[in-house]
Amino acid sequence: METFFWIDKLVLVVLLFLISLGIAAYQTYFERKLAGWIQDRVGPDRAGPFGILQPIADGVKMFMKEDFTPANADKWLFILGPGIAMFTSLITSAIIPWGTDLQLFGRSISLQVAEINIGILFAFGIISIGVYGIMIGGWASNNKYSLFGAIRASSQMISYELAMGISAITIIMISGSLDLRAIVESQHGMNWNIFYQPVAFLVFFICALAETNRAPFDLPECENELIGGYHTEYSSMKLGLFLFSEYVAMFVSSAIMAILFFGGYNFPGMDYFTDSPNLLSILSVAVFFAKIFLLIFVFMWIRWTIPRFRFDQLMHLGWKVLIPIALVNMLVTGFVVALYEHWF
Amino acid sequence: MESLTNRKVVVSDKPMTFMEKLYLPGIIKGMLVTFRHILMRRKTIKYPEETREFAPIYRGMHVLKRDEQGRENCTACGLCAVACPAEAITMTSAERTNADKHLYREEKYASMYEINMLRCIFCGLCEEACPKEAIFLTDRLVPTQFERGEFIYGKDKLVEPVDHRIDITKRQFTGKRTTL
Repeated sequence: METFFWIDKLVLVVLLFLISLGIAAYQTYFERKLAGWIQDRVGPDRAGPFGILQPIADGVKMFMKEDFTPANADKWLFILGPGIAMFTSLITSAIIPWGTDLQLFGRSISLQVAEINIGILFAFGIISIGVYGIMIGGWASNNKYSLFGAIRASSQMISYELAMGISAITIIMISGSLDLRAIVESQHGMNWNIFYQPVAFLVFFICALAETNRAPFDLPECENELIGGYHTEYSSMKLGLFLFSEYVAMFVSSAIMAILFFGGYNFPGMDYFTDSPNLLSILSVAVFFAKIFLLIFVFMWIRWTIPRFRFDQLMHLGWKVLIPIALVNMLVTGFVVALYEHWF
Repeated sequence: MESLTNRKVVVSDKPMTFMEKLYLPGIIKGMLVTFRHILMRRKTIKYPEETREFAPIYRGMHVLKRDEQGRENCTACGLCAVACPAEAITMTSAERTNADKHLYREEKYASMYEINMLRCIFCGLCEEACPKEAIFLTDRLVPTQFERGEFIYGKDKLVEPVDHRIDITKRQFTGKRTTL
């Protein structure tokens, strides 16, 4: 039984790795396509039918480019930076419950790599390590633009992580658990947290935009101010890893948002499928991915609509607007939960 | 003063109201605008597969015509070169021998005829100046090249092949002869 357990997990890990990278690759394609549509253009359509092979062409291009290290750069940190960025983006997907259990070979297979009971805490811990990739990369480049980008990234992440964490606390208070699976199960039957906590969702979503360095919070890498920011000096697949990790982070944070606010893999009418657990499992995974893709679409939609913030506006929004809103929301939620549970 | 268009907007720097300070209504409005654009029909013409429809009098790459019997019309009179405002045309004339009677319509012909497509402004004055209906502008495009020298078109590129005539009926609006 123990060996089966390891095989299950190994297969799941490899699958997740491939799926995350594949989705990240096709996010780049879809992002460009969407940018085109919003700007009344066609978008990439040359490589294969409808440009479907564009991500592969981009990947090959990235690998073929010269891998350049600046003369005065710290070589090891220069390599470490993109590595950490990619690692932290990918590892968060380990704690995400992707669907209900599969029944295969007479065993129940859980679609979650690591069933840890402090899942959300783990996610926040890893996300806050994510800034090190950018910080180290920007520092090691020995370039003032890179350093500016890195400093902006770290200050931005610290500012927005607070509001993000506080708005996540409201969810924890409602569901009464740090376990992501328990949070998903508590939203069974359209009891989605978005209906109870719209304010928390708004704050969380804005912070997620800032955490993944997406527009309108893409100050760490704004092309026209900092020439690419922390990855100015990067080339070849090291640059590819940085860009890729952003898309993987977007995918994972969409997954976390879907879990916290949109009921994860829950969908209305789930109880009709209790007789066929495998069908239910597949459907739940499909529904979960549909929710993730919808959120990713909103991420991209926002990027191609809203212009970038100025840095002081960014700090103002983070510290003077989002954190007070999140705090008040948390206090009100705590009060209501206490009343509901008859603690007074 | 009366405004010339109805698009004039008076700019003001009044302080923002609370709703404006929230930004969210504005953001949602903007996002609806971009969403409408996602659904719009695109006007892109995907060039190599589709081409834009040309106007009937489009002036593109030149052709040196032959007559019905496949003889070159051009007699190297030089009027096109004189008329050319960009001085893109140059030629050398030669006298036809008896053996070449089936190649050239009149006694004199152009042994060398070159148009520099980088100089040419496609004004069509050469066509207008030509007394022999030898040169016409067509709806073909001058393709791109990597070298400047490749844009100097000689007779090999300009004279129409005998078995592959170029249609110039669209350009014959000047009251000239309409047969080939």
